[in-house]
Amino acid sequence: MVVDTPVREPVTPPSRTRARGVLGSWDLLVVVALIAVIIVGSLTIDGVGNPRFYRFVILEAIPIALIALPMTLIVITGEIDLSVASTVGLTCSVMGWLWQAGVTSLPLLIAISLALGAVLGAVNGVFVTVFGLPSLAVTIGTLALYRGLAYVVLGDRAVADYPISWTTNMIAPIPGTVVPWFVLVVAVLAVLFGVLLHATPIGRGLYAIGNNAEASAYSGIAVLKTKFWLFVATGVVAALAGVFWTFRFASARADNANGLELSVVAAVLLGGVSIFGGRGGLLGVVAAVALLGTLRNALQLADVPANALTIVTGTLLIASVVGPNVVRMARGRLRRRPPPAERTQP
Amino acid sequence: MTAPTAAVHRVFVVRELGIALALVLLVGVTFAVNTRFLSAQNIKDLLLGSTILAILAVGQAIVIITRNVDLSVGSILGLAAFATGNLFVGNPGLPIPVALLAGIGLGALCGAVNGGLIAAARVPALVVTLGTLYVFRGIDYTWATGRQINAADMPHDFLALGTRTVLGVPVLALFAVVVLIVAGVFLKSYRSGRELYAIGSDPDAARLYGIPVGRRVFWAFVASGALAGLAGVLHAARFGTIDANAGLGSELNVVAAVVVGGVAIFGGSGSVYGAALGAVLLTTIGSALPVLGINPFWQRAAVGVLILAAIGLDRSLAVRLARRLRGGSDRGR
Repeated sequence: MVVDTPVREPVTPPSRTRARGVLGSWDLLVVVALIAVIIVGSLTIDGVGNPRFYRFVILEAIPIALIALPMTLIVITGEIDLSVASTVGLTCSVMGWLWQAGVTSLPLLIAISLALGAVLGAVNGVFVTVFGLPSLAVTIGTLALYRGLAYVVLGDRAVADYPISWTTNMIAPIPGTVVPWFVLVVAVLAVLFGVLLHATPIGRGLYAIGNNAEASAYSGIAVLKTKFWLFVATGVVAALAGVFWTFRFASARADNANGLELSVVAAVLLGGVSIFGGRGGLLGVVAAVALLGTLRNALQLADVPANALTIVTGTLLIASVVGPNVVRMARGRLRRRPPPAERTQP
Repeated sequence: MTAPTAAVHRVFVVRELGIALALVLLVGVTFAVNTRFLSAQNIKDLLLGSTILAILAVGQAIVIITRNVDLSVGSILGLAAFATGNLFVGNPGLPIPVALLAGIGLGALCGAVNGGLIAAARVPALVVTLGTLYVFRGIDYTWATGRQINAADMPHDFLALGTRTVLGVPVLALFAVVVLIVAGVFLKSYRSGRELYAIGSDPDAARLYGIPVGRRVFWAFVASGALAGLAGVLHAARFGTIDANAGLGSELNVVAAVVVGGVAIFGGSGSVYGAALGAVLLTTIGSALPVLGINPFWQRAAVGVLILAAIGLDRSLAVRLARRLRGGSDRGR
């Protein structure tokens, strides 16, 4: 007796392709919004066309841009790291403490800071991958722990007596331009992370982990190892942001970058990365960081009270998730099909 | 009670007893070092200090149990606190219950915005409430435009609310107790309360089972918002001076208190009693460290360690429970 077994055709699931279509246009949308803000701003607001304006925007955006790079990768795997701002704070504190303790070699200070960042990231990584704890809870814990240690190291003092040359060098422009040279560091890292995410098997693996960690583990992706090293990378880059922060403001304090974690997460999500993982790209995130920074400073020049700007940030963030979903649901209704079920976890 | 239910029950009791034990231990050791730690005045201060965090933690626990999170509570608190002060500036003779209701109503409205967006547009709570964290705070800033409302602008009776005691217990703390009992009874004994746990355990299964997931989640956010509004009014009564920064950055503290109190961050288990105990424990650490002769700068670090320990404990309890439910080896008993 012959039994017909139904053969399942390998079809691309329509929801995925549609999601990718929406996504591609989302990256583009953020870039278009950025260009629109720049053009409209330069035409209507006095000072926005000025090169010094962009120098300021860039200096302000550098820490967020730096941390947003590895954060994008982490969120794509479905995890999150809320301890980054506290890592910045602890790095600043330790640098200040070392400087007061007589470590006066700049390369040594930077090396120690980056190593510290790696250790802090590894602690997060161990809790998440070895003990299997949820990263949201773990990094809220280390957020408090690292910030607390920053206060333990430096108390409420500020260390501000660094050599003038260090602090001016850190924000010095590229010769012949007004663009701070440090933006090149950000650019190099952005290219590195971009290539890693979009052009290597490791990057494809990150998306796979975000879509289904269990299935990726069975298909041979080293899920835990990958996540661990992502947390380490995030720690190192956050420490680099701490070094920049210390010298840019010529001040090491325990409360440096307090609350920055939510700004970074906001930029990453606005850049089109799904909080559930598996979707998003680095271009959108970089554009979102630039968009938020430009918009903030342009509106400030337009005499919009600085406080009202938080409304703009929040509204953009909500629109970035509600907009695509409403479009998708409306399309689904047009095709007389129920909208795709969204997971409702945080 | 069947064996597995008994096991589940025991784990939850163990979890809340654990946090209570930690609290008793902390208070006991501190008391042994300095007996004045349990003076009437200091107990009053401890209760006053934990009240606002405990109320926020109860609201947050309700939301987290449904596998969502509300990051906007700090901003709602700030908005409600400023609104209360502003109300008194405009109407000096306003009765206190009206001010309370106004604050709670404003908070509930903010919560309805969160819940509406999350339930209707089916978007993740973390993103929406991160957005409304900024929006509500921005509205607060724009409204306040740098003004500060001082104690002199508010009626004496209202400010007395922040200091008055009944039989040695601060009135503010009584608010927290009432909120805690109401929420606790609702979550434990009412059908819709139990359904919140079902939603948090498995939203899809809950939907298939016929639970109106969207509506329940919506009302959970309204409750969290209303409690944040209440906390805002109490904040105004307690501190007397309000600017637009009230409650700034408190959202992660609230989540920390809830997690320390044994509510699983991905929903489905835990209780508001645990969350409130977590809030009291976090506040007590702050006042116990100086008494113990430890540099107060260690406070935040201690809180961090506590959070990590709490989630680690929850994980090991869950693993053991899963093993027992499978009827496997019953080691450790």
